[in-house]
Amino acid sequence: MTREILNIENLFVEYSNIRGKVKAVRGVNLKLYKGENLALIGESGSGKTTLGTAIIRLLPSSGYIKDGRIVYKGNGNEYDISKFSEKELRQFRWKEIAMVFQSALNSFNPVLKVWDQIYDTARAHGISNRNFVKERAISLLRYVQLDPERVINSYPHELSGGMRQRVLIAMSLLLEPKILILDEPTTALDILTQRNIIELLRTIKADMGLSMIFISHDLSLAAELADRVAVMYAGAIVELGSVEDIFYRPKHPYTLGLIKAVPTVTAGFRELYSIPGSPPDLINLTPGCKFAPRCEYKNSVCEKDEPMLVEVGQDHFVACFRHKEIGNGR
Amino acid sequence: MEDRAIIQLDHVSKSFTVRSGIFGGRKNMQVIGDLSLSIGRGEVLCLVGESGCGKTTTGKLIVGLIKPTSGRILFEGKDIWSMNNEEFKDYRKAVQIIHQDPYSSLNPVHRIYNILSAPLFRHGLVRNRSEAEEKVLDLLDRVDLTPPGDFIYKYPHQLSGGQRQRVAIARSLTLNPKFIVADEAVSMLDVSIRLSIIELLRRLKEEMNVTFLFITHDLAMAKYFGWEGRIAVMYLGRIVEIGPTPRVIENPLHPYTKALLMAIPEADPQVTRNKTPMKLRSLDIPSLLNLPPGCSFNPRCPFWIEGTCDKEVPDMYEPENDHYVSCFLFRGK
Amino acid sequence: MKSREIVKRIFWEPLVIISRDKAGLIGFIFLLSILLLSFVGPYFVKLDTEVKLDKIYQFPSREHILGTDNQGRDIFSQIVNGGRDVIIVAFLAGLISTLIAVSLGSLSAYAGGFTDTVIMFITEIILTIPQFPLLAVLAAFVRLTNPTMLAFIIGFLGWPALARAIRSQVLSIKERDYIEAARVLDLGRMHIIFSEILPNMLSYIVISLIMAMTGAVYSQVGLIILGLVPFYGHNWGLMIQLAWTRGAIFYKGSIFYILSPIIAIVLFQWSAVTFTRSLEGIFNPRLRAGE
Repeated sequence: MTREILNIENLFVEYSNIRGKVKAVRGVNLKLYKGENLALIGESGSGKTTLGTAIIRLLPSSGYIKDGRIVYKGNGNEYDISKFSEKELRQFRWKEIAMVFQSALNSFNPVLKVWDQIYDTARAHGISNRNFVKERAISLLRYVQLDPERVINSYPHELSGGMRQRVLIAMSLLLEPKILILDEPTTALDILTQRNIIELLRTIKADMGLSMIFISHDLSLAAELADRVAVMYAGAIVELGSVEDIFYRPKHPYTLGLIKAVPTVTAGFRELYSIPGSPPDLINLTPGCKFAPRCEYKNSVCEKDEPMLVEVGQDHFVACFRHKEIGNGR
Repeated sequence: MEDRAIIQLDHVSKSFTVRSGIFGGRKNMQVIGDLSLSIGRGEVLCLVGESGCGKTTTGKLIVGLIKPTSGRILFEGKDIWSMNNEEFKDYRKAVQIIHQDPYSSLNPVHRIYNILSAPLFRHGLVRNRSEAEEKVLDLLDRVDLTPPGDFIYKYPHQLSGGQRQRVAIARSLTLNPKFIVADEAVSMLDVSIRLSIIELLRRLKEEMNVTFLFITHDLAMAKYFGWEGRIAVMYLGRIVEIGPTPRVIENPLHPYTKALLMAIPEADPQVTRNKTPMKLRSLDIPSLLNLPPGCSFNPRCPFWIEGTCDKEVPDMYEPENDHYVSCFLFRGK
Repeated sequence: MKSREIVKRIFWEPLVIISRDKAGLIGFIFLLSILLLSFVGPYFVKLDTEVKLDKIYQFPSREHILGTDNQGRDIFSQIVNGGRDVIIVAFLAGLISTLIAVSLGSLSAYAGGFTDTVIMFITEIILTIPQFPLLAVLAAFVRLTNPTMLAFIIGFLGWPALARAIRSQVLSIKERDYIEAARVLDLGRMHIIFSEILPNMLSYIVISLIMAMTGAVYSQVGLIILGLVPFYGHNWGLMIQLAWTRGAIFYKGSIFYILSPIIAIVLFQWSAVTFTRSLEGIFNPRLRAGE
């Protein structure tokens, strides 16, 4: 068994707004192993992005970790990220865990050239040797197949969406992190560019042996890159397993529904099914399984109690009372 | 085909002028170049392409939100921009649009009742409030917002994305349209919601005999929604390939279509990990301000013929019945 | 809709929303008190016009809660009676400039082209003229015999900045998908402007109206203090002018005479501005009660 590098224990994250408390992440337990690709899959409001930003403590100001631990294991030590001070966080982010945010354009300061942004990032994390940063930046930009001299002197708006995404990926690698979190890395990119980014991420993984967490609503990204997949619904993980288990042997009605709801282009024409209803209100959560109102397998127990994750196969976990009745794949 | 066409585009092009730089003059940006297209009554045509290919502009030209720079757009055989008032009114009622973003397509200050009843009153389809209420309830029922009484006096922000999109669809139905442009109508919605909206559109098409132009960047959705219809693939303002959906998907002819199909990530690990993407000559999409001469795909195309593809613009060839492609590889076939 | 529901929507819900923002609520309470004092107060507190030489510049007492002026008249009664004209002129002037700004701004943005160019040209000319000196010059030429006249002059000069702001708002709303949908549904230009675009700017327009009002308060009080507006009657501006020219220059004891109208004006302005905080919530259905 590969060694675990990150261990999220019983994590609760909330946001407060005018209407009340949004329970965005509710009791998540999740391990990340060294060198693996983990995909967090879910729809808007599933808590996947909240979970990702909580790991590096970059939650928006209205959000806070209510309970739980985020244990990072590195350099022979264990650190609880959720207890870090701002100063400790600065030393930790980018060096140990880096994140590439969704919407590549917004991640840049529009009035700064790419080089200034790279140098600012490096300095913010304690590296102020200009030559060192420049050398490293140039080699990384070349590594992500960009022309370093041109890119480094450009303003963000002068680059295409795919180029910006590659710059962000290069920047995230600046301090050689052990874990890379990527939030919707291919969303909003053209198909040919998506393919290019996917190939790039494969190369990075092979060369550097990082652990990666992909956050996406797009099942195909998980299908492309993930070793393991965690499916989130209403702030909790409802199914966790290997990519084959999730795509070919789903045991949670929601996972099954998602997979049956997504058409493929080249895999023949197959009948699709839609999931009725819409996701629950995260402020006024009803008791019981949060998926029950949309579930065709639900019974009276599902409406009373919330199921816990149970192991249904090797390293395959499902939070569903009726998992035995969910058909074997398609 | 021509005689039962509901919408025809006849050598349509559309340019915008943009200023470049502080001292630079105005530049012409051609978004649509010489586009001809005929859409038959009751048909589903999927217009597929990546961002900036001009598919949304094509949709806006068809619903008459913008005027073409040159060429004609015909509705039931008549040029929409030389119609008399009466004819133009009928065209306006008959051709509707469903937008991509259900959060900006509904006016936040109005209740659903007002959103749906305004066109009814304006065009004299109802005379008083009770008639309007009845009609609005009926529309909500038709788009599966049930019970409709729960929705009629809500504001858009009280509905989920999927529910809003249903309201937007109901609005497009208020004037009993013959033709609907669905511009990325499901791409902003959650995966689990998308399919139910697609099913709704498909049902409405059957029930109301509406013709659809389904604009999308998602080939899989186009395939699913338009299996019985046709797909047109756009690249930089031109249609490069058009034909019956199964044939375009299973036997793509244009190198660009092939490249897309070979690259597209799919929700099936075994299928998607075994793809061997086409090696393109360049990753960059040329700028609309500076289109390459000849075929606009030539700087990226691995099958590029020097001296031909970079000099002449290819015509539409028909190597298979009803399956057209704009590529010199198929000249004379 | 039943009448009870209408009452609920028009009166009760806004109150609930106002009460949510603490500062806005305080502003609202102050504003309401000042309005009551100025419009209802005069029926109870008669303006004291009797000269009482034995009571000149008295400090506040139970009899005269704000003291007395240079002729021994009660200051409080002057404050109560001096607000009405100031507020009416400010409201009228604000209303006029907002009306002009909204009409010209939205017409300019919606019509575009030549109309837009002409309207914006005129707007910019008026915008570059320094307001106060022009007001002063105008006031010297035009016989300002009544408050309405003054309101018109201030109003006609106050609209350009707002017109430009309205124009840019309309330009951005014009591009929204729901406006496109309305065009495709052939709902008509009037419907699109008045029923689709302007309601989205209602809170902005009302807030601008209040801001225009506060601006108009300063303009008119300034004109009165300078003695450029010889209109009759009694108001806070005139009080300041009298307190200044007849007292404050000479006597320390006139402090309550001059401070009272100043504080009244400042309180009015502050409460109006603070109250605008709550307005956003009233006109934005997303922020309405219980939804």
